[in-house]
Amino acid sequence: MVMEIVCPAGTPAALRAAVKAGAHTVYCGFADETNARNFPGLNFDRAEMREGVAFAHQHGAKVLVAINTFPRAGHEAIWHSAVADAEACGADAVILADAGLLAHTAHHHPGLRRHLSVQAAAANADVINYYAETFGVKRVVLPRVLSVPEIAAINAETEVETEVFVFGGLCVMAEGRCSLSSYATGKSPNMNGVCSPASHVEYRDENGVLDARLGGYIIHRVNKGEAAPYPTLCKGCFSAGEKTGHLFEDPVSLNAEKLIPQLQKAGVTALKIEGRQRSRSYVAQVVRNFRAAVDALDAGRPLPEGMLARLSEGQAMTTGAYKKTWR
Amino acid sequence: MSQSPAQIPRFPQVATYPLRVLPFAPLSAILSAFSRKIAQKHPGMFRRLGEYDHSRFILDPTDLPFVICLDPNGGNPRVSVTRGPADGAARIAGPLAALLGLVHGAYDGDALFFSRDLVIEGDTAAALALRNAVDDAELDFAQELSDLSGPLAHSMQRVLALIERRTGVNLSRPEEAELW
Repeated sequence: MVMEIVCPAGTPAALRAAVKAGAHTVYCGFADETNARNFPGLNFDRAEMREGVAFAHQHGAKVLVAINTFPRAGHEAIWHSAVADAEACGADAVILADAGLLAHTAHHHPGLRRHLSVQAAAANADVINYYAETFGVKRVVLPRVLSVPEIAAINAETEVETEVFVFGGLCVMAEGRCSLSSYATGKSPNMNGVCSPASHVEYRDENGVLDARLGGYIIHRVNKGEAAPYPTLCKGCFSAGEKTGHLFEDPVSLNAEKLIPQLQKAGVTALKIEGRQRSRSYVAQVVRNFRAAVDALDAGRPLPEGMLARLSEGQAMTTGAYKKTWR
Repeated sequence: MSQSPAQIPRFPQVATYPLRVLPFAPLSAILSAFSRKIAQKHPGMFRRLGEYDHSRFILDPTDLPFVICLDPNGGNPRVSVTRGPADGAARIAGPLAALLGLVHGAYDGDALFFSRDLVIEGDTAAALALRNAVDDAELDFAQELSDLSGPLAHSMQRVLALIERRTGVNLSRPEEAELW
């Protein structure tokens, strides 16, 4: 069976581009704090979501709606209406992280398929089975901190489908638990839907030397001709004493396209591409590459050569935790 | 597949000479009228700007001898062309072909930024909102210009095609098959 390609769409145009490029499934979110990519100019209003779902269904693709931030106490209605509206728009599933919202959805929208967001940081079979038994979760998006053998071990102990990231921005933290962005900006992906929000990012280019600041702190300084990074704290370059270096991770992007056969053998159902904040050009190029790869795998052909380096942060790529030991 | 940033064409310097003596007042008026027509046709683009729909954007084609100041003005945009630096909430600078490629979906904005073909200064969130709004609008400048040219549409298309051939800069949205 062909592995499912799950593609990002930050706008209706990106959704159409993803579907035309061969996405089996597209994930997107409403234009508010209910999803973890709450960026300016992005996301869907209710009418756009309805039209987007209809377009995808006409072309045989599915739409998953990410409602994967954690509701603020006293304001749960915003998240509850997002779930109800996703179902009304015809979404094939919702991607949720919060246990309370999962319980609400299971109770009030039992026919709506529930996926567990990477924001829930479910990284072992016990907790995944708990979510399945308690809230009827059918699929889990695994955190980007697991190796391929660890993923295989999880799949051996659960009936829940697993979805793993194979391309795009690399979050190296326990997602849904990370507060690094909050330290510098007061905002986090967990509560506000934004990691290192653009409103707190500033670039200063002086004679080709580029400073990238987050919340007033210099996170990167690169010389003329060097690739520009986005200033996230987990990929920042810091000086302490005599040493200067990247503390957690370099400014690189994940690219696990060469690991697709191993991920299939590990029992993975779906391959997820990160990047709802990226353009329709990015979405289409990445989708075409990965669709070609899974089709080739299914047909027993060798995987096509990758062509995606220039789309990557820092113009460098890594296989992330799938094949490495963390510092 | 779209061009890699390394292949972004630069507007030929010799072709910029006439632009250096161009009177900017009429050019600004024409661009304002053009942008208002686009706003009428793509109101969703200005809605997507959200809180930045009154931010002033400086669009700086670094291979041309002027900068373009875009004030979305809540969906009733104004455009002015000026020489030298200009003040605004955000400045987006790069070769004309890169800026047009962003509009036409030929290039990915982040990739252009990572490769430093594009420079962003000022309010990053405003620049991001503009990028996302324009990306969703699926604009085609050449088509928009032709649509506005009425009976002269055919002549306009020939002029634009001539400019594209002479400068190497795409003024129209490539077909999706060749785009991606």
